[in-house]
Amino acid sequence: MASDTPKSVVLSPVFKNNPIALQVLGICSALAVTNSLSVSLVMGLAVIAVTSFSNLFVSLIRHHIPSSIRIIVQMTIIASLVIVVDQLLKAYAYEMSKQLSVFVGLIITNCIVMGRAEGYAMQNGPVMSFLDGVGNGLGYAVILLFVGFVRELLGSGSLFGFTILPAVQNGGWYVPNGLMLLPPSAFFVIGLLIWILRSFSPDQVEKTEYRIVANSKTKIKETA
Amino acid sequence: MASNNSIKKTLTVALALCIVCSVVVSTAAVVLRPAQVLNQELDRKSNILQVAQLYQPGINVNEQFAQQITSRVVNLDTGEYAEDLDAETYNQFDAAKDPATSRTLSGDDPAGLGRLENYATVYLVGDPENPEQIILPIRGQGLWGLMRGFLALEGDGNTIVGLSYYDHSETPGLGGEVDNPRWKSQWQGKKVYADDPMDPMIQLVKGGADSEYEADALSGATLTSRGVTNMLQFWLSEMGFADYLARFHDNSQGGA
Repeated sequence: MASDTPKSVVLSPVFKNNPIALQVLGICSALAVTNSLSVSLVMGLAVIAVTSFSNLFVSLIRHHIPSSIRIIVQMTIIASLVIVVDQLLKAYAYEMSKQLSVFVGLIITNCIVMGRAEGYAMQNGPVMSFLDGVGNGLGYAVILLFVGFVRELLGSGSLFGFTILPAVQNGGWYVPNGLMLLPPSAFFVIGLLIWILRSFSPDQVEKTEYRIVANSKTKIKETA
Repeated sequence: MASNNSIKKTLTVALALCIVCSVVVSTAAVVLRPAQVLNQELDRKSNILQVAQLYQPGINVNEQFAQQITSRVVNLDTGEYAEDLDAETYNQFDAAKDPATSRTLSGDDPAGLGRLENYATVYLVGDPENPEQIILPIRGQGLWGLMRGFLALEGDGNTIVGLSYYDHSETPGLGGEVDNPRWKSQWQGKKVYADDPMDPMIQLVKGGADSEYEADALSGATLTSRGVTNMLQFWLSEMGFADYLARFHDNSQGGA
């Protein structure tokens, strides 16, 4: 922890210690809001804002938080921030907030936000905590954008709403993959992404917790 | 650190935090409220202009709306205008929730609404006495939830100009194709009523529409298509706007 520099705090969650790819947190919202790139982008920005500021405020008052109610204190701060972000989106990005609808509110339940507040901001100073929030938010946003890219391209044949592959229902040649528009496809995309990432950096692979031993019951069968 | 865990400190921190957070949240809500209301109004108005095909990118929505469109409140039961209700302030959706201004639909509820308000707001394009277009608010259950939209009819109360949804949660790419301009464009020129002005004929059909009372269903979205048919049938029937629309049938050229 002592070796943390502002740069490493921001960058390591993006690539080396990604909250979605390595820690597999915050999957639920990654499934729901990634069917188009622009929605993923706004969701990513909203999460960056919430994680960084919740980390900042939690860190600022960390010496005064009684440990018995620390989780609820963090939750209250996070919830307030999420409501403010939701209100801001409704006021200044109305179209976007209509598309994100309930998922902005659900940032409250995003494990990344809570995890960083409890795991980092409670032990570190405000500036580093803020940067850590930015970094983890960025890590989340990068994965969201990647998934959004794949899903929008294959599911609608467009990127940011601009047509890349003309779809058949608009007189083109590309038959959109309907599965890509449904939340389960994000499971496949994230799964493949984690596979690719871990093939390139094998140190991210978890140790196997147990080994499957050969089936001993077959022997009994043979003797019987 | 031990003092942090005393009851006094715990209560103080909890109380202070609650006060600070509630002040922040309510300030945000109050300060941003006007901008949000403005956005919703603008959204509603531009949706109405869009369905009437009066919308071009870059126009001043409020100005266009004020110039071309008159809002009136209609009694759904009698089909008469309700002169005592102000169309600017009357909110149909709030009215639908209030037992005093709505009624329960039991049994005969194809659109899945549960409650139906007694009065609805309609939007008239051009001269309110002899409108070029009549725009009706419609809503009903789709596959995943309530779909809300507008149906624009020509001045004869029978020929469709357009149908568009501004709020729905249908599956993108399948039921969500109700937003596809290609699908929406087929509505123009379709007719609602044949001979009986109380019995809407318009419906979505699979495998290609071949009469002016039929429109193509959405492929891969049977339940959404059924929802669209149901809500059109409902809102254009006697329960909905049929009584009101009947007055227009004979005062224009192409009426039934």
